[in-house]
Amino acid sequence: MGLHIRDLIRVLEAEFLCGEDLDKEVRSACGSDLMSDVLAFVKEQTVLLTGLTNTQVIRTAEMVDIPAVVFVRGKRPSDDVIQMAADRKIAILMTRYTMFEACGLLYQLGIKASNAR
Amino acid sequence: MANDGATMYKKYSIEPANFLLAGEAAEQIKKILKQLGIDNALVRKVAIASYEAEMNLVIHSCGGRLILKVSPDEIAIIAEDDGPGIKDIELAMKEGYSTAPDTAREMGFGAGMGLSNMKRCCDRFFIQSEEGRGTRVEMSFVL
Repeated sequence: MGLHIRDLIRVLEAEFLCGEDLDKEVRSACGSDLMSDVLAFVKEQTVLLTGLTNTQVIRTAEMVDIPAVVFVRGKRPSDDVIQMAADRKIAILMTRYTMFEACGLLYQLGIKASNAR
Repeated sequence: MANDGATMYKKYSIEPANFLLAGEAAEQIKKILKQLGIDNALVRKVAIASYEAEMNLVIHSCGGRLILKVSPDEIAIIAEDDGPGIKDIELAMKEGYSTAPDTAREMGFGAGMGLSNMKRCCDRFFIQSEEGRGTRVEMSFVL
């Protein structure tokens, strides 16, 4: 099953920082602060949950066609990072939940791990 | 290297330790391949390999070049730098082994996955390195 970005916002009680298409669907999720792992394992249509808020997160998302990034534990990225995501049509969400909680909430809804290997 | 029969040739200069620009060349390469109408799954593989190669140049080299060559039957990505070179290539290829500094780890890199990621993405992988001289990585993707 998949979730729409608008569902992610609701479930994670997230703040929506940028993005255009709330009906875009994600089918799996990946929680990681290691961008090399994201590059190695992630499939398309995956939402990335991370505690890192730098520009390389957006670059990584762009490379593997990640449509949405959730910053956990209430970490707000800089305006530059948000702009960079907006330019690439990547949705950015921010949730106060920790990585563990945010991943757990999505897992309970039937979202599976993204593992291309 | 000459433009030997490639229908497209692009060369990007990569600055060492510039994490703000890091990924720019790989993004350009991805854009070009999409415009050429290359299949999405292949574009993704080349983009991942290019990005890892570019990050390696930013993190480890004293400056280098990322090159894209497109010919009728393959896409080639070449990363070459002016040093410092890799002491033990076999060790560097091992997943989890890394010599990256904390600045790279703070950006989510330096986990020791780069070279093996690159190798897995491409159809042919070649690496050559000499301490004090530099490193050259060639990756080809069959079209």
